[in-house]
Amino acid sequence: MTTRGSAFRSLSLAIVRGFVRDKASVFFAIVFPLMFLVLFGGIFSDQDQPQIDLIQIGDVSLLDEMPEEAGAAFARTFKVTRTADLEDAIEQVRKGDADVAVEERGQELVAHYTQTEQVKAAIVQGTLGAFVDGTNVALSGAPPTYSLRTERVEDDSLDTIQFVTPGLLGWAIAMSASFGAAATLNGWRSSKLLRRLQLAPVSTGTIVAARIAVTVGIALTQMAIFLGLGAAAFGLTLSGAWPVAIPLLVVGTLCFMAIGLLAGAVAKTTEGAVNMANFLVLPMAFLSGSFFPLDAAPDWLQTVSKLLPLRWLNDGMLDVMVRGEPASAVLLPMAVLAAFAVVVTLVAARLFRWETT
Amino acid sequence: MGAIEVENLTMAYGELTAVDDVSFEVAEGEFFGILGPNGAGKTTLLEMIEGLRKPDAGEIRVLGGRPWPRSSALLPRIGVQLQASSFFERLTAREQIRTFAALYGVPAGRADEWLERVGMVEKAGSRVEGLSGGQMQRLSIACALVHDPDVVFLDEPTAALDPQARRNLWDLLGGLNDSGRTVVLTTHYMDEAEVLCDRVAIMDHGRVLQLDSPGALIRSLDAATRITVSRSRSRTTTSPGSQTWTQWTTVRTDWSWPPATRRGS
Repeated sequence: MTTRGSAFRSLSLAIVRGFVRDKASVFFAIVFPLMFLVLFGGIFSDQDQPQIDLIQIGDVSLLDEMPEEAGAAFARTFKVTRTADLEDAIEQVRKGDADVAVEERGQELVAHYTQTEQVKAAIVQGTLGAFVDGTNVALSGAPPTYSLRTERVEDDSLDTIQFVTPGLLGWAIAMSASFGAAATLNGWRSSKLLRRLQLAPVSTGTIVAARIAVTVGIALTQMAIFLGLGAAAFGLTLSGAWPVAIPLLVVGTLCFMAIGLLAGAVAKTTEGAVNMANFLVLPMAFLSGSFFPLDAAPDWLQTVSKLLPLRWLNDGMLDVMVRGEPASAVLLPMAVLAAFAVVVTLVAARLFRWETT
Repeated sequence: MGAIEVENLTMAYGELTAVDDVSFEVAEGEFFGILGPNGAGKTTLLEMIEGLRKPDAGEIRVLGGRPWPRSSALLPRIGVQLQASSFFERLTAREQIRTFAALYGVPAGRADEWLERVGMVEKAGSRVEGLSGGQMQRLSIACALVHDPDVVFLDEPTAALDPQARRNLWDLLGGLNDSGRTVVLTTHYMDEAEVLCDRVAIMDHGRVLQLDSPGALIRSLDAATRITVSRSRSRTTTSPGSQTWTQWTTVRTDWSWPPATRRGS
């Protein structure tokens, strides 16, 4: 075995050991993001259609005399309780204990609702309106001229887990790659290990290659754990081109290593470097749709998020892992991430110092 | 030809001239000391000779070659112990020295021999974070020597150690040039230089003030008083006002000489 080979192997091994023996690093790289996966995938997955608490005040003929099948559909959306006290019902809605109070005034159906929960408020208005319209049509005796059938564009199995897994995986990789690079650079610098290595017959390329190999290895491990747990426990199903997410993820890892190097070059202490990396990555995760989809976000936010590398990583992974896009969908994100990596590395190299003083 | 030749070496950080026109030569197999207070320029001088810094002016030859820019022919022939304990985080002593060995293409077995030689076998499985100051220095010295270099640089290896740990380390350091290896050591302590070094350069404000054997330096100081008192554990005195020494110790009003009177007991 050549000296270079043995140097690369032993440096990689030293870095891996340093990582797995650091409980905080392992926690933040793997356990912490997995907690979010369990939270989003496991607990919130049944919340696609929230049930509405409806208070019926006195007799409401439209609700009481509903035909059977309409009644079944109605019961899926609304949980009905009855009361005779209008004041009390409205107070309950105001306090958020119920979502809507319904009373009948002659031919008019009056719904008292609160705007506090906007999604529920919209469902209340839309659904009650539809029931009233449907009843009117039925009473007229004429068959409906138009009908509406809704179909989701995504794969039928699409579930919360499908959306959150790629995003959370992107965040997890951004954290571990940037923290690892930042902590290594700063820790090795303050202990003068960088200097010591400079005096050993081992090239900078070998040292950098060892750090990259370990970080990419950690990222692929994170991917395996996320996809494995998602599929086994929460019904994650990957679409055909998902293996191309691997090269995408490797380029993304390099990009976030570069960000970590930048933080490590700027900060004076190891803690400062990790905090700075976190300061860059956590807001980026929010703005890049790691925790919630950005479809409803305002236009300016969409524009801003397109400037963030994590957004490109997340979008690329979503495309090929769950949206069923062809493999070529990762090419543009990979190019953008590679460009980020090059630019940020150049900036970090300019700011780099061998010693903290 | 000397193992190290330094000529008119100068290095400034802005206004401060850290090393000011320094020249000296270290012979092969010599144990050479650089003595001086903090800020005297010892570390900067050493780092230039090691090839970590580019001198502003002057010439350096180590084993006949220039250390700057980084020379891949020279690096395997020199060993360095830097002032800080430069270790990989969370690795055990054995993993640590084996990693350094691998950087030089040295097999793990040789690394383990060095661990034994510096008396660290019992601590081989301990992570560096759990080692005492003396143990860290021993490991650090072993890591500097694992590839059996011709020249080794030790930057204040006994700084921050208690007196007992310092003396224990002297026994190890004293044997380093036995096999013809050249050793360069920086220190704050004259007694350390006396015990270990063949010649000492006394440095302050970036300049070498004197350069001679420790004995000659001390004689030239016209020292007024030298009292050396040694007592063994068994001979405790009982007279009023005297102290009980748990180990042999030294009372000095000035630099003591020769060291042999203190080392024996």
